[in-house]
Amino acid sequence: MKGFEDKIAVVTGSARGIGFAIAEAFAQNGATAVILDLNQEDVNNAVQKIDDAGLRAIGFVADVTDSDSINNIFKEIHHKFEKIDILVNNAGITKDGLIMKMKESDWDAVINVNLKGTFNCTQKVIRYMLKQKFGVIINITSIIGIMGNAGQANYAASKGGIIALTKSSAKEFSSRNIRVNAIAPGFIQTDMTAKLPKEVIDKYTAAIPLSCMGLPKDIANLCIFLASDEANYITGQTIQVDGGLLI
Amino acid sequence: MDILAKVKEIIVEELGVEESEVTPEANFIEDLGADSLDTVELIMKFEEEFDIDIADEEAEKLTTVGKAIEYLKTKLG
Ligand SMILES: NC(=O)c1ccc[n+]([C@@H]2O[C@H](COP(=O)([O-])OP(=O)(O)OC[C@H]3O[C@@H](n4cnc5c(N)ncnc54)[C@H](O)[C@@H]3O)[C@@H](O)[C@H]2O)c1
Repeated sequence: MKGFEDKIAVVTGSARGIGFAIAEAFAQNGATAVILDLNQEDVNNAVQKIDDAGLRAIGFVADVTDSDSINNIFKEIHHKFEKIDILVNNAGITKDGLIMKMKESDWDAVINVNLKGTFNCTQKVIRYMLKQKFGVIINITSIIGIMGNAGQANYAASKGGIIALTKSSAKEFSSRNIRVNAIAPGFIQTDMTAKLPKEVIDKYTAAIPLSCMGLPKDIANLCIFLASDEANYITGQTIQVDGGLLI
Repeated sequence: MDILAKVKEIIVEELGVEESEVTPEANFIEDLGADSLDTVELIMKFEEEFDIDIADEEAEKLTTVGKAIEYLKTKLG
């Protein structure tokens, strides 16, 4: 599926993992991918990889919790391309622990990056999308945000919050032809899951009806669909990509 | 700076209306067809163009072109 020529797609947390796969997929479909992540070297490498494939990408170093710098970056992107078509709020972290023992700083950090970061980027990009009367926002949540998980209260709350934010944004911006949806991945092979103990990985994998972990590409494929005109009548939804893990 | 001309220009541009419609009595929502997002965008545009902050409580009162011009003149004057 091509058709993203002339489109500008910003993906947060896209130097690696699911975010990179999403940025790469947009570039492969003709878009200019805008890589946004914390570390300059990682951003450069990610841009380079897309560039080496003969596709278009540019990069910015940014922390999604810093609303001023996010504001400036969107201003710069808009100044350069005169529009911003797609935003994927993908940047996310985990700091797991049981509620009884969870440090306040771990609660705050996860809520800040995952939930407030998504809000910040939405708020800063929306003025351009409202003006151009077109835009697609995709928020990466998690099935944990739907089902909850012992040891991930902060993460689950942040991801549940993203689902509610998605619905509210969809309602607020629908009159301007801006669609907002969420994707809830299940258990995907990335650095985030690689740091889990082997027993946990085996236990989860055994519980997946399609009996394997997902790939970042599986999430990217849905992003391409949701951002395309084929999905013109879909907004406010949370779509699971989890091999049937949560049914 | 000609505040009146600038304000008119912003309203025409933001709301996509004819300049002749932008009379002092014109109500943004009832006469100029603005919805709630338009009014927020309009206020943000005033803030940007005139480099000022307009508090929400103030913004709510600026329902007509005349009231907006009056407010901006006082604020900038
Ligand atoms: N891997 C999974 O199984 C899985 C499952 C469900 C949901 N998710 C979600 O998918 C998204 C991507 O996960 P991943 O597995 O690729 O993770 P990852 O850790 O491999 O990558 C996350 C990226 O986000 C960046 N990032 C972190 N904090 C940031 C900040 N404050 N500002 C900007 N960038 C920041 C990181 O530098 C990193 O490049 C996350 O939102 C995650 O919650 C992942």
